[in-house]
Amino acid sequence: MAGLKLRGIEKTYGGSVNVLKDINLDIEPGELIVFVGPSGCGKSTLLRMIAGLEQITGGELTIDGQVMNDIPPAQRGIAMVFQTYALYPHMTVRENMSFALKIAKKPQAEIEEAVNKAAKVLQLEDYLDRLPKALSGGQRQRVAIGRSIVRDPKVYLFDEPLSNLDAALRVATRIEIARLKEAMPDRTMIYVTHDQVEAMTLASRIVVLANKGIAQVGTPLDLYERPENEFVAQFIGSPSMNLLPGKITGTGEQTTVTLDDGGVAVSAIPTIDADMGKTVNIGVRPEDLVETDGNAIFEARVDITEALGEVTLLYFESEQGQEGLIAKLPGIHKELRGKTVRMTAAPAKVHLFHNGQSMRR
Amino acid sequence: MHPAIQGLLTIAIGVSACVGYFALSNQFLDKVLFPAKGPNAGRNINRANLIRPWLFLFPALFALGLYLAYPVFETLRLSFSERIPGGGYKWVGTDNYAQMLDDRKFKEAITNNMLWLIVVPAMSTAFGLLAAQLTDRIRWGNLAKSLIFMPMAISFVGASVIWKLIYDTRPVDQDQIGVLNAIYLALGGAEPQTWLTIPLWNNFFLMIVLVWIQTGFAMVILSAALRGIPEGTIEAAIVDGANPFQIFFKIKVPQIKNTILVVWTTITLTVLKVFDIVFAMTNGQWNTQVLANYMYDNLFRANDWGVGSASAIVIMLLVTPILVWNVRNARKEMR
Repeated sequence: MAGLKLRGIEKTYGGSVNVLKDINLDIEPGELIVFVGPSGCGKSTLLRMIAGLEQITGGELTIDGQVMNDIPPAQRGIAMVFQTYALYPHMTVRENMSFALKIAKKPQAEIEEAVNKAAKVLQLEDYLDRLPKALSGGQRQRVAIGRSIVRDPKVYLFDEPLSNLDAALRVATRIEIARLKEAMPDRTMIYVTHDQVEAMTLASRIVVLANKGIAQVGTPLDLYERPENEFVAQFIGSPSMNLLPGKITGTGEQTTVTLDDGGVAVSAIPTIDADMGKTVNIGVRPEDLVETDGNAIFEARVDITEALGEVTLLYFESEQGQEGLIAKLPGIHKELRGKTVRMTAAPAKVHLFHNGQSMRR
Repeated sequence: MHPAIQGLLTIAIGVSACVGYFALSNQFLDKVLFPAKGPNAGRNINRANLIRPWLFLFPALFALGLYLAYPVFETLRLSFSERIPGGGYKWVGTDNYAQMLDDRKFKEAITNNMLWLIVVPAMSTAFGLLAAQLTDRIRWGNLAKSLIFMPMAISFVGASVIWKLIYDTRPVDQDQIGVLNAIYLALGGAEPQTWLTIPLWNNFFLMIVLVWIQTGFAMVILSAALRGIPEGTIEAAIVDGANPFQIFFKIKVPQIKNTILVVWTTITLTVLKVFDIVFAMTNGQWNTQVLANYMYDNLFRANDWGVGSASAIVIMLLVTPILVWNVRNARKEMR
């Protein structure tokens, strides 16, 4: 059982280039934490700092209560699975998996037992004497996972482990990782990805990284239902949440917002009198929009429809330079193309952002 | 005429002759020999296309044949014959080979070549690998690499002259200008040594010259190979707890094994043909004879074309298998 504490973690290159600053995060033992964020947000760097492959230039990292800043990777009780698999090409699967134990001078019998056990779990028993080049991508990734399992680390680190696999294999391996986690409830796992489906399905909690820092930490549903800022609101969920500018014109248990384009939105988020007249953005997810005859949040002409089978995406016409609004309706609605429709959403589904931050208190 | 103008003229004539040959022979093939018209137009085009590659290859094949293939057969022929004083020659069968095998100097050359063959490639590759690894991650690594590589740009004879100065010996009562003697005396040696005349050791003093030259070559090739190792495998080994030595010997070296072998064999080929260094420094005296210098001695000093050619054939036979293996391996590497 090992928890991690990150206190004011910072990463600068050459003393001036700031990649990450003031990262504070508590990871409970047995959690599966997923770091997500756009490319270049420093999520992999943060993971590599936890692994000890990158120097921590500021702050403190503790694993299991022990400060790890200057402890070499091998003594941190971690194992890492790399995006490129990073198998040793000149060693067989068995040698790859037993390398760490051999280095640690473990007795031969113990090594064999650990390797055989891991091979059984990952269904690699038939491939133990093959070289990595004779394996498929999915098998290679399983060997990479097996290599970390045999060491029985307290913390598993996954650096975009599925991004080199094709779509079908990605789903299968994702489920395999979920099963693996279930079989080891007391092991902590940290998983880096840019794929939000992986994040939503695997994570016990998600850490969204943006702008050199943490944008929000929470369970997948937390992030989906209660995003704390516009960045997280738009990053989680696909297609992205629609944002529309407006002013608060009614406060209380429910908040009324009159939009700049003339529509009216009602949000279940309560506000106080002092909020009256504030400029806000309302956020509505495409899947929460419904057609209406009454008060509409907006009224627009459907530019393009994309029928995906169980849902249809409606892309609305927008003024030049503005991001177009998107709605996701259940069923097939090709006939709506070119028509002008009125859309609204239930108050509980309408988010309120002031200066980019959620108004939910 | 000024030699520079002569040179330019030669180049101009040579290039235009080449262009002329390709253009005119092509025209001749298409217009005169197999014209693409008349009743047999299709057949003619096919025939012309069949001949064209050989037409274009001919100059290269001819030059290679004249300067590479013909000498091999001529040397083989000479090695079975003997010059008759006053002109002409006669067949003597394998007499030349028998005579050579009985020669004390030939045995010495074979033994020395074996010694060279073991020591020089091993040391050059080892030092090259060491230099490549040590210069890999440091800021002034490229400067160090350039310095180590520089001897590659010096001719063997030039290198021999430099090292002859290092091994130089002056009479006891004079100041020593040789670095080796200076060090030897500074460390408490009784009197200056004539290093190149001490049997067995002098062989190693000669080998050091070639090691000094070839280390740069090995370093450059191995350095590129080291850079080609996927960074991930090294990071994985770090996480797995391997120390720098284990990473080097268990992760890096096995991954560049093939390159090491190619470097090793390439240097082996150079060693088998080593001539200039021995010729310039000891000329094979004091038990330092090697095959190439033995051949030169017989062929051009003793004017004995028979034994000279026989020894040339022996060198070729020794080089061929390594050469074939090396080319195969290099091709495999490229795939």
